[in-house]
Amino acid sequence: MKYDTQKFKLIKNQEIATGIFDWVVENKELPALAKCGQFAHVKVPGKTLRRPISICDATDTTLRLVFQVKGEGTEIMSKMKVGDEVEILAPLGNGFKIEKGKKYCFIGGGIGVPPMLYTAKQAENPLVITGFRDKSLVILQDDFKKAGAEVVLTTDDGSAGIHGFVTDVLKERLNEIGEVCACGPIPMLKAIAEICKDKVPCQISLEERMGCGIGACLVCACKTKLNGEEGYTHVCKDGPVYNAEEVVL
Amino acid sequence: MADLGVNICGVHFNNPLIAASGTFGFGHEFSEFYPLETLGGISCKGITLKKRDGNPPPRIAETEGGILNAVGLQNPGVDHFIEKDLPWLRKQNTVIIANIAGNTQEEYCQMAEKLSNSHVDFIELNISCPNVKSGGVQFGTSCESVGTITNAVKRHCTKPLMVKLSPNVTDIAEIAKSAEYNGADVISMINTLTGMRINIDTGRPIIRNNTGGMSGPAVFPVAVRMVWQVANAVKIPIIGMGGISKWQDAVEMLMAGATALQIGTVLFNDPYAPVKINKGLNDFLDSKGMKSVTELSGTVKPW
Repeated sequence: MKYDTQKFKLIKNQEIATGIFDWVVENKELPALAKCGQFAHVKVPGKTLRRPISICDATDTTLRLVFQVKGEGTEIMSKMKVGDEVEILAPLGNGFKIEKGKKYCFIGGGIGVPPMLYTAKQAENPLVITGFRDKSLVILQDDFKKAGAEVVLTTDDGSAGIHGFVTDVLKERLNEIGEVCACGPIPMLKAIAEICKDKVPCQISLEERMGCGIGACLVCACKTKLNGEEGYTHVCKDGPVYNAEEVVL
Repeated sequence: MADLGVNICGVHFNNPLIAASGTFGFGHEFSEFYPLETLGGISCKGITLKKRDGNPPPRIAETEGGILNAVGLQNPGVDHFIEKDLPWLRKQNTVIIANIAGNTQEEYCQMAEKLSNSHVDFIELNISCPNVKSGGVQFGTSCESVGTITNAVKRHCTKPLMVKLSPNVTDIAEIAKSAEYNGADVISMINTLTGMRINIDTGRPIIRNNTGGMSGPAVFPVAVRMVWQVANAVKIPIIGMGGISKWQDAVEMLMAGATALQIGTVLFNDPYAPVKINKGLNDFLDSKGMKSVTELSGTVKPW
């Protein structure tokens, strides 16, 4: 795999929900290489570390990156202006593996929803289950519909869509599903993996504090069990997407 | 075009920039950006006698002008390194430095013996890792312990021996003298400064190990000061590191007394930093009418 970091032009920056920003960045070369579930390592002016952001959508010349302001780095990103130059190392990591002719269920929780959009576009008639804390954080519902997905909305407090968790919906619909792909908070992933265990295959996308983004510095450790042996692999290079049964959650 | 090549212990480096241990793995990943001969050398990820899993995550935190890390020496062990990683590294036309860390003096000596029979160019004694429970920095914080371990390893080592110093000491020049007296051929410095960050919402340290080693531009002035002090205290060459992130830093570190340089944290921000630093260094030398980078070393004119 060849890596490259290049200058991108910010062509859209919009707050689409409270503290959640929708970026579209343009570059002639790198976006075309992106696969669903991969991420982009964004250089932030004045910061030592880059920020790993999941790829929400891609065309041959653009990447869409939807991120939540969590700290100083993402705050700086949220204030950047259309027309600004951004340096991005992308695409990175192993994404979701999508097979033809399978009924997929894509599940996103909170800021784990964005990577499921480009992923959902790779499958036929997928079921997408999205979960948010409350109404103010709901994102991307129309995008999923436009992509031809059946999208189900849940909120923890019932302020929008179904009052409940993504797992409630998953349990009800499990018998019509061939494979599950999920991204979101660890407790959610853990619950999903438990429901899928011995029934349907399940891929999950993880996050961890990251350094180099390419597997050299070994900081973004994830405890995995491969061939019966427990050890640390690295989210940036071995992940971010793993088979759920390989991960010690 | 100035000559960027440097010679240390009879080993030729294409240029003075060496990837610092722990930031570059065993080189495979960065070779996807550029040929590794772009660098003068590679100090490999710290290796131990037996495979180590390292610390639980999070292993990294950001701070103003730098980072803290506590990887805990995750590595596949010295035998795996020699059999699986070194043959490929050896073909990359760059100097290969094996960085070793042990729990005991015996482990350091065993590894030095194994690596002396391999094709590495240098052995770098890591007695300054702040992130493991036993070994590491415990050997690196007193003149006596540094002297003892350097002396012991030297007797099992036929490769040039580089001793990597910890900045977490009272008088680094005295430590360097002890390493030199006991057989160190080169000093590399500085390893990270022990630091800590706390998440104010949870009250928990951000790094699972509680503390971590601080690196990045914020530590640069400390590193320059220490390199300068050690350059005034020893005759053996110094490989300077600690926060070098642009060509001006490289010039400064050389002026302080370094013969060559290691760069690490900047690679996370800009993987192409070595290419840019070498170009800037070359242009600077040309502008000053200097023919070789070696002319810069130790040229600081203190007040």
